[in-house]
Amino acid sequence: MKGKIKIATTSLAGCFGCHMSILDIDERLIDLVDIVEFNRSPLTDIKHASQCDIGIIEGAVANSENVEVLREFRRECKTLVAIGACALNGGVPAMRNHYSLTECIKESYLDGIGLDNPMVPNDPDLPKLLDKVHPVQEVVKIDYFLPGCPPPADMIWKMLTDLLAGREPVFTPQQIYYD
Amino acid sequence: MGKPDDIQQSEKQTEAIRFIQHTSDHSLLLQCLIKIQEAYLHIPADTVELLQQQLGLSYADINVVVEFYSFLSFEKSGDYQILISNNITDQFLGNQTLFKKLNSRLADVNVSIEYTSCTGLCDQGPAILVNGWAINRVDDERIEHIAELIEQRLPVDQWPSHFFEKEDNILRRDIQLSVECQPGAAIKTAIQQGREQSLETLEAAGLKGRGGAGFSTASKWRFCAQTEAGQRYVVCNADEGEPGTFKDRVLLNQYAHDVFEGMTVCAAVIGATRGLVYLRGEYRYLLPQLQQVLQQRRDDGLLGAHILGEDLAFDIDIHLGAGAYICGEESALIESLEGKRGIPRIRPPFPVVSGYLGQPTVVNNVESFWSVSRIMLLGADWFAGVGTDASKGTRLLSISGDCRDPGIYEFPFGVTVTEILAACGGEQTQAIQMAGAAGTTVLARDFERRMCHEDLATGGSFMVIGRQRNLLDMLANFSNFFTHESCGFCTPCRVGTQLIDDIICCFKQGQGSTSELQQLNDIAKLMQQNSFCGLGSSAPTAFLNALQQSPELFSAHGPLDDNPQFDLTAAVAEYEQLVATLSGDLR
Repeated sequence: MKGKIKIATTSLAGCFGCHMSILDIDERLIDLVDIVEFNRSPLTDIKHASQCDIGIIEGAVANSENVEVLREFRRECKTLVAIGACALNGGVPAMRNHYSLTECIKESYLDGIGLDNPMVPNDPDLPKLLDKVHPVQEVVKIDYFLPGCPPPADMIWKMLTDLLAGREPVFTPQQIYYD
Repeated sequence: MGKPDDIQQSEKQTEAIRFIQHTSDHSLLLQCLIKIQEAYLHIPADTVELLQQQLGLSYADINVVVEFYSFLSFEKSGDYQILISNNITDQFLGNQTLFKKLNSRLADVNVSIEYTSCTGLCDQGPAILVNGWAINRVDDERIEHIAELIEQRLPVDQWPSHFFEKEDNILRRDIQLSVECQPGAAIKTAIQQGREQSLETLEAAGLKGRGGAGFSTASKWRFCAQTEAGQRYVVCNADEGEPGTFKDRVLLNQYAHDVFEGMTVCAAVIGATRGLVYLRGEYRYLLPQLQQVLQQRRDDGLLGAHILGEDLAFDIDIHLGAGAYICGEESALIESLEGKRGIPRIRPPFPVVSGYLGQPTVVNNVESFWSVSRIMLLGADWFAGVGTDASKGTRLLSISGDCRDPGIYEFPFGVTVTEILAACGGEQTQAIQMAGAAGTTVLARDFERRMCHEDLATGGSFMVIGRQRNLLDMLANFSNFFTHESCGFCTPCRVGTQLIDDIICCFKQGQGSTSELQQLNDIAKLMQQNSFCGLGSSAPTAFLNALQQSPELFSAHGPLDDNPQFDLTAAVAEYEQLVATLSGDLR
């Protein structure tokens, strides 16, 4: 396996839609595994990223575990790519930023309609929620950003092939045209 | 009405209006505007109308000039306008504390307090300008005194004269400063020698322009003399704007005769009848005494229609600048002399071919003219006897910053940084900045480098940075300076200076990253290669120096990958408190 380019992927506070879009490169995935090795990723079940060439981040930063994973990716990946609206802007998870965390938790676990046995979960194993949801670049330095909800498979493919070839990823206007 | 400063001010206003009413030459636009600004502390709309009529200019012509110069403004910002000199050496001397103190002391008075670029009083800072008048060594006692005078609403030109006394601080004399010149003697020699012989003397002396670029003075004069033209001009560049330079101020204060003498020699050699001194606005306080010297020279027959009774006619006018560093660049200076914005011209043609009003013009630094007067008197061998092969003679260094004795030092070319530091009492020195913000940063390990055109070229600025300083503060000061002083004409410089400033600020706040270092490098190189004039191409030097010589400076100020602004402990504090209180209660 030596000589293969190592890629790690993860989804923080996201919906795995971006990962679905990665899978949408379809049969090209077979070409890809010839030249890359997947490290930590939902595809491999490896628990920790180590010494990767490319890291792909989906999702926003909403809790302490997200922060830990993101920092691990930054530490272990030479090039870090943020993909999708949540990673870039906070996206849907960041909609809670209009309210305080206290309001959110009270609504979800104590005051919401139809709650049975209302209580705030407090198991120490649970990741701690951050007071606000952050886009990833507010926590670590990100090298490339791929917008979209999710970014189309062709765009992800183009980004990957450019990076694998050692080129700066460049898109035609058509490839990043969303309307 | 009835307050002393109002009467005083209205007299000045009448005088300014009268001056404009007698002016029809549109190249005097800037000079008219400076007079108006001084009298009204802004440019009122009705005076703009008057200028339009008198000078035959459009509103836009006048508007762009007012907008360009820092010391001109359409809005009146206060009855007293205080500008605090913001060179890095002023910062070392505590100008930021001064800013706060002045603001709190003068909170109830109609005063505007802002920063301005280096005012050339680095050896006696922190310095301020009050309505254009420079005051040195502003300490607590002076702040109190100034505040009282302002509260009494006394006009600045009636303030006690000791406020405006400057020190010359000449601390080392070599061959040039140790001789006195008799007014007229150098002109006499030049006339006796004749044009060709005089040029040969200068050539043999090997005098190179003291502004910093180091072009041969004799060649410059020769090119100008050889260009066919009806009129030629001699221009003395006294727009000493490079941060940390103040030797021209001292020369103009103590050796004005010799400077004018050098200009007159130049006029005799190139065949000019008119000379202009472009005096930076910050040195406005020197204007009355300089005009007195000019008048005395006219009375003594050293200026005028028949100088020394010979067939030599020459006279000198002084034009003021209005706070624009770029006007130190010779073609921008000429634009400014013509009353326009100080935007550099496309070269060639060089000023020696097409300069002031399109005529061949020699533009030399104050110190160059001063040296000419000495070389004419004492000969080429005397001058060329010291220095190095390619850098003859001695030059004046303005030394400021973290040293025991800041001031003016005359050194022969070839002197090492170590020797200079020993002379000025610079101990525990981390680095020196040679030739100002646009110059070279020399770290302690390179202190054996020499001041000369072959190694460390300089326009005369030598700033000492002690070990206790953070070099990043100096870089931030420079990046801020260039952002302010870029004339805005070409994109690489206008945008590049701002981008560099942003990046340096990021690092200063501990938020820089590796990719920003790469960006800094790329922008700096792009500016060097693509800027229109020397400002843009030399502005990034200090930053490139720092990147190459001390990369640790940046890594020490940015965890490069993690954003330090994000504080995990603070971000989970609310959650922890919630869980502790809410879930506890319910159980």
